[in-house]
Amino acid sequence: MIAAARRPIIELRGVEKHYQMGEFTVKALHGIDVTVREGDYISILGPSGCGKSTLLNILGCLDQPTLGEYLLEGSDVAKLEDDELSQVRGKRLGFIFQSYNLIQQLTVVENIEVPLYYQGVSEKESREIAVGLAERVGLGARLDHRPTELSGGQQQRVAIARALANDPAVILADEATGNLDSKSGGDILGIFDQLNADGKTLIMITHDESMARRTSRTIRLRDGLIEYDSDADIGGKAEGGKKGARDQVATA
Amino acid sequence: MDVIQQIRALSLFRLKRSVILGVKSLWMHKLRSMLTALGIVFGVASVIAMLAIGEGASFEAQEQIKNLGSQNIIIQSVKPTNDATAGEEQRSMILSYGLTYRDLEQIRSTIPGVDVVVPGRRFKDYLWNISRSVDADVLGTVPWYPEMRNRKIKSGRFFSKLEMNDRVNVCVLSDELAHKLFPFNNPIGKELRLQNGYYRIVGIIEAGSTTASVASGGGGMMGGGGGGSGGGAGENQTGMEMLIPLTTLVERFGEVLMKYRSGSFEAEKVDFHEVTVKIDSADRVVGAAEAIRHLLERNHKKLDYQMIVPLELLKQAERTKQIFNIVLGSIAAISLLVGGIGIMNIMLATVTERTREIGIRRALGAKQRDIVLQFLIETILLSGAGGVLGVIVGLAVPMIITHFADMITITRFWAPAMAFTISVVTGIIFGIYPAFRAAGMNPVEALRHE
Repeated sequence: MIAAARRPIIELRGVEKHYQMGEFTVKALHGIDVTVREGDYISILGPSGCGKSTLLNILGCLDQPTLGEYLLEGSDVAKLEDDELSQVRGKRLGFIFQSYNLIQQLTVVENIEVPLYYQGVSEKESREIAVGLAERVGLGARLDHRPTELSGGQQQRVAIARALANDPAVILADEATGNLDSKSGGDILGIFDQLNADGKTLIMITHDESMARRTSRTIRLRDGLIEYDSDADIGGKAEGGKKGARDQVATA
Repeated sequence: MDVIQQIRALSLFRLKRSVILGVKSLWMHKLRSMLTALGIVFGVASVIAMLAIGEGASFEAQEQIKNLGSQNIIIQSVKPTNDATAGEEQRSMILSYGLTYRDLEQIRSTIPGVDVVVPGRRFKDYLWNISRSVDADVLGTVPWYPEMRNRKIKSGRFFSKLEMNDRVNVCVLSDELAHKLFPFNNPIGKELRLQNGYYRIVGIIEAGSTTASVASGGGGMMGGGGGGSGGGAGENQTGMEMLIPLTTLVERFGEVLMKYRSGSFEAEKVDFHEVTVKIDSADRVVGAAEAIRHLLERNHKKLDYQMIVPLELLKQAERTKQIFNIVLGSIAAISLLVGGIGIMNIMLATVTERTREIGIRRALGAKQRDIVLQFLIETILLSGAGGVLGVIVGLAVPMIITHFADMITITRFWAPAMAFTISVVTGIIFGIYPAFRAAGMNPVEALRHE
């Protein structure tokens, strides 16, 4: 499969992020150009403080770039209002966090239902979807358990199911296996592999080289810049993204 | 405004789920939620209970005043307290004070609208039933006294005009006195001894609200400005009363009443201890009272009388009730304010504690107004539950008081409704700030919060 032939989902062009620290302006990102295509399985690596988390927050529409463009499925989300950003997060993105971030007072099914609730999916339909996803991640027998009654690996599987609930365009994982032992971590990565094989687009942040080797594309960040992108064809160049888009139009 | 639109646009389904979610979140911290709601519970309960007690007390006072007759003006003789005068009088051994025949005649002839005049003389003495004795008030009055003062005859009858004209030795006892003097049998038809005369008992009358207790209960206002204490009539607070025809009293005891009290002896000359004047219409009572006041001021150099105008007392009681209501309202407002601050305090703590949850929800697509709504629903649930419990306690407390303390309490239907509404409104007012604070958090920072 030729990467350029696939539909681009995310296009970052000259994205910069500045933080105001008193009198000083700290640049966390110095100009990032990335195109993420449908079905990509990307790991973002880099030493701490290189801007990984900032990039992920921008990709996840939790934060907005100071400069540059962010096209998510063709529409610019860099300058959206807060409500519209919420809408984008809820509809198009799935999050998986290092510390699972389940809501403690809700059961497994209810946690999976949270994104559906904010999209106004009916009770019956959302219950069906949630139960189906729980079974898919192997928690069909623990629907009514609370997060505190589950192991770390199980909690992370609930989080994966939750991230899938709205059938998002991209799943963003932030050190998803960081809190897990190697066995549970391996299980989680197995699920990721399976999701990607099913056509899901995944972007994960990690500092584990062995994990990065499982993914089809690796991006290395250093000091707020892309140091290396294994997808040579695009190589972080804006032209690549445009070319890809043109190609897609041509093939469509 | 956003919130209001959101609430309007919200389908019942989402509201239901939000409420369930709120209950779950509150249930996570049962003890804390209960303690928080407790502030509202006591606020609401105290409002309802105090209103009920206040209504009951004012009802009781008004009933007592009404029993005196709203068309009546009651004038009582009061022994002057002036020491110099008392010393002077002691030499002559006869103390002369109070209302006179002249006063009575002038009131009857010059005040417009005067309908009936009920004179009365009163003294204290021992009543005897064989060897049983009771210290009681002896009141000489006229046959229409019970009707005028709204006092019911419990059994037997009141003495008649004929008996008054013939100066017969008959008497009517207050029920309390009858019970004390004749504990085992029906006193009607029996005789009792007063000094060296025997009186036949013809009826038993309900103990009336004594004028002295009303005067103090009705806001401490003494019509006409009598000195208050020391008057022969003022001492009448026992409920022990023996009523005999006025003519009989004058005939048997004369113009000068002798008192033997704890060794010493005292004589006083009082024409009337108490005069009740009935005015033909309630509209003219205040004017007539004013006229009588002027008349008495002219006739009496000393303040040896006092006037009680039940209608004025009634108005006074209403004013007192208004003040009471304002005080109650302030206490209620303060207690609910304290409850509200308690809720706000806890909700702020909750928001801080659940920062991470807020971040998660924002990441999963919750808009700011979803977060506002979630926390607002929680405070409303908290204050609403407190309000319901408060209403229950507030309705129970007056019942318990009525049962054990024998006080009249009146719960108006609007009191619990009002208290409950206020509690929910309090929840909303004090919940708004924490809710907006929660919604205003930066999602990235909220997610990073430990």
